[in-house]
Amino acid sequence: MEDPILEMRGISKSFPGVKALKNVNLVVRAGEIHAICGENGAGKSTLMKVLSGVYPYGSYEGDIVYQGEERRFSSISDSEHLGVIIIHQELALVPLLSIAENIFLGNEPSRMGVIDWSEAFSRTRDLLKKVGLNESPNALITNIGVGKQQLVEIAKALAKRVKLLILDEPTASLNETDSAALLDLLLEFKRQGLTCIIISHKLNEIARVADSITILRDGSTVETIDCRTEEISEGRIIKSMVGREMSDRYPPREPKIGETLFEVRDWQVEHPQHPGRKVIKGVDLKVRAGEVVGIAGLMGSGRTELAMSIFGGAYGRNITGQASMRGQPVDVSSIQKAVGAGLAYVTEDRKALGLILNDDIKHNISLVNLPGVAKAGVIDDATETHVANRYRKQLNIRSSSILQKTLNLSGGNQQKVVLSKWLFADPQVLMLDEPTRGIDVGAKYEIYTIINELAASGRGVIVISSEMPELLGICDRIYVMNEGRFVDEMPASEASQEKIMAAIMRQYRVTA
Amino acid sequence: MTEATSAPTATPVGAGTGTSWKSHIREYGLLGSLLVIMVFFQIMTDGVLLQPVNITNLIQQNSYIVIMALGMLFVIVGGNIDLSVGSIVGFVGAIAALLMVGFTLPGTEIFIKVHWFPVILLSLALGGLIGAAQGWFVAYAAIPAFIVTLGGMLIFRGLTGNMLAGQFVGPFANDFQNISKGFIPEFITATAQGFKWTSMLLGAAIAAALFAFDFRKWSRAGAQEIDREPAPLFIGKNLVFAALILGVTYLLASYRGLPVVLVIMGALILFYNFVTTRTVIGRRIYALGGNAQAARLSGIKTQRLAFLTFVNMGVLAGLAGLIVAARLNSATPSAGNSFELDVIAACFIGGVSASGGAGRVMGVVIGAFFMGIMNNGMSILGIGIFWQQVVKGFVLLAAVYLDVYNKSK
Ligand SMILES: Nc1ncnc2c1ncn2[C@@H]1O[C@H](COP(=O)(O)OP(=O)(O)OP(=O)(O)O)[C@@H](O)[C@H]1O
Ligand SMILES: [Mg+2]
Repeated sequence: MEDPILEMRGISKSFPGVKALKNVNLVVRAGEIHAICGENGAGKSTLMKVLSGVYPYGSYEGDIVYQGEERRFSSISDSEHLGVIIIHQELALVPLLSIAENIFLGNEPSRMGVIDWSEAFSRTRDLLKKVGLNESPNALITNIGVGKQQLVEIAKALAKRVKLLILDEPTASLNETDSAALLDLLLEFKRQGLTCIIISHKLNEIARVADSITILRDGSTVETIDCRTEEISEGRIIKSMVGREMSDRYPPREPKIGETLFEVRDWQVEHPQHPGRKVIKGVDLKVRAGEVVGIAGLMGSGRTELAMSIFGGAYGRNITGQASMRGQPVDVSSIQKAVGAGLAYVTEDRKALGLILNDDIKHNISLVNLPGVAKAGVIDDATETHVANRYRKQLNIRSSSILQKTLNLSGGNQQKVVLSKWLFADPQVLMLDEPTRGIDVGAKYEIYTIINELAASGRGVIVISSEMPELLGICDRIYVMNEGRFVDEMPASEASQEKIMAAIMRQYRVTA
Repeated sequence: MTEATSAPTATPVGAGTGTSWKSHIREYGLLGSLLVIMVFFQIMTDGVLLQPVNITNLIQQNSYIVIMALGMLFVIVGGNIDLSVGSIVGFVGAIAALLMVGFTLPGTEIFIKVHWFPVILLSLALGGLIGAAQGWFVAYAAIPAFIVTLGGMLIFRGLTGNMLAGQFVGPFANDFQNISKGFIPEFITATAQGFKWTSMLLGAAIAAALFAFDFRKWSRAGAQEIDREPAPLFIGKNLVFAALILGVTYLLASYRGLPVVLVIMGALILFYNFVTTRTVIGRRIYALGGNAQAARLSGIKTQRLAFLTFVNMGVLAGLAGLIVAARLNSATPSAGNSFELDVIAACFIGGVSASGGAGRVMGVVIGAFFMGIMNNGMSILGIGIFWQQVVKGFVLLAAVYLDVYNKSK
């Protein structure tokens, strides 16, 4: 058995009002892929931030022994010097810079302060080859997809001569193909001797690549599972994470489907910056009362664009098509009108589009429906507090109180705040864009239950998800979207991952 | 109530008192430093600072900065800035002066002279109109506020200079001057020299009312198990605050009573404090500044809100223009020069976030008086105007640095 490359001993870390880590121990052996699992808010990201010097020595208790020596990192650059590189939950690339500029940001090959661009470009090309990314070093980050951006992050880590690579939920926003490619890459790096720590809520991936798994619960280590000596299953991990067996991943669903509730016909949308370029090319969508409808598709197929354009033209320009609610035409030409008509859109990008990060949970939850906690334009604090506490309890939002800033919440709990905000707006039709991204298994179950309850109360729910098992598990009907069109539609009872993929591929064959 | 306690927590320590201490530290710090510089200048000036006549002066001199800072708070919280307010003060003051003193329409024989009361309304409307024009460019044409209002600053300063052609226009009716120089009528003692009991009682009543409001909020927070400041701090803060109000009123009452402009200013402070903390529109402006995209996707009319912050700023700058004109008893080409700097500095010293989304009315008011006391104290000490600028510059920098430093800890 290899020597440990890293030992974290008795790590404790507090934030005002919250003890995020309590005496956590972590041993990572050289050359392994070590997974860290735990519920939202268990302290996974915090532990990695302690390790990488984001929280400097002195702001936590305990010891870090890396490569046989005790280390006291006072900043990220300290840990990077020794080859500890962290890729954060939220990607940290500069959107308007090129791939090469991003890779060498802060680390530019230079002679006397002048950047040697030809060197940077040739090294970028090498690195991109290593991570299997077929893009020009000149391409701007905004113009490449999230999956590729994730690869650029890895290339950036490689440029810094990484020895211990930490990935915080690297596949959260990737589709299955991209995720698989990324995991293969990690396995390849492992063969070359790189050590990895990976945090993920996608337990199937963990089960596939991990050599050991450390489980955190409520800021403490539960156990470390050695996958070489023990056969590992998702159920085994879940049990350890939540402290009990979870027999079902999806709540039982007994749909009571009524009349058509909301419908759009021949929906067409042009790209906001490139007039004339159609992004949505004539979509007919309908959702009935009590129905959960899924939209499957690859990244970039136009699902988010469709939902946002329906939601008051939040995306796109020159939008045409008819929208109707309960058979009556409705005007959804502005976000206010769409909200007024009973629509809600829960964004996939909670930090940039969903939350006022500097504000607390309470204010974020009431934001859409402020009149609902106000009389004559004056907010009633007691009502607002009551509402916020209700959702905090109902959705299990882990926080010190409703006055905690959303910036300081763990990713999954941020998602729950965004969801609460829209639940409080009491919409007729909810469009949920990747509602369980970055959410732990237990919380996923809770969110599915909420979706079921919404449907049971006669509302219509539209779910966009890149996780096909999820769509198959919770939907009544599934649309398959590709390149701005619905290419297929099927009842969930007849759907399967293969059928969905086939529908997407079939269209490629036709257009090719 | 019980819900709050049974909700899941990530092991809170000390039931939240730890957080409330921190979250209120800025207020204590600000109030504390105001006291410190008051004591400092009181000693340095051999007691001149707190002489009744000087306090009266101080309030009259700073009222317009405070009033404009209230408007600037909303503009900055909404994520913008307004550099034109000093020029608007000059411009509105000049127009008001010309209307009140009377002028001949160029190229005609028509002489126009308007009573001061309609002039006040016209001036406020004019300020609002200017704000609306600039706000339109910022909110709907998406031109950065810095650029739009830099333009406005040049335009209105230039127009003022052209209109007045280097002349002072005045004087005005006494009633108009009273906006800035008058005192509230006294009902209890009519003698000119006696202690002004009406003013004193009014001041005491206000202090009591403010305490009652704050106490109600605080005890309610307790009942709902919301995070609140610990009792000693709460009482301490309120005592200091009440002592400040009572002390200042006492001094004013022993001179000529409460200045009219203080009453106007106080009413505006209370009003805007209410708007920021309690109203839907206030909350939405903070959301807009905190994350414009998220606010928009929450169904908030972000453009209209940004527009309104500029209209509001314009009206308040118009009011300030009137007060300044009344104080000088004339309109001058340089009236309001560089006021925008004092106003913006007051906001930042008062803890308004430069990136928008955060800031409190009380902070801004204290920030404005902080600047005012420094101006006044240094003037009494005979420190040259240029050195005063140097000192103020450093104070601004230090205040914001401390803020950032505290946050990063
Ligand atoms: N800067 C901070 N200030 C206050 N509390 C914080 C801060 N950062 C994290 N926390 C709290 O610490 C706990 C652990 O958070 P952390 O982000 O490590 O969770 P996580 O395990 O990564 O969860 P997720 O799976 O949702 O990403 C949470 O309760 C969170 O609210
Ligand atoms: Mg995390």
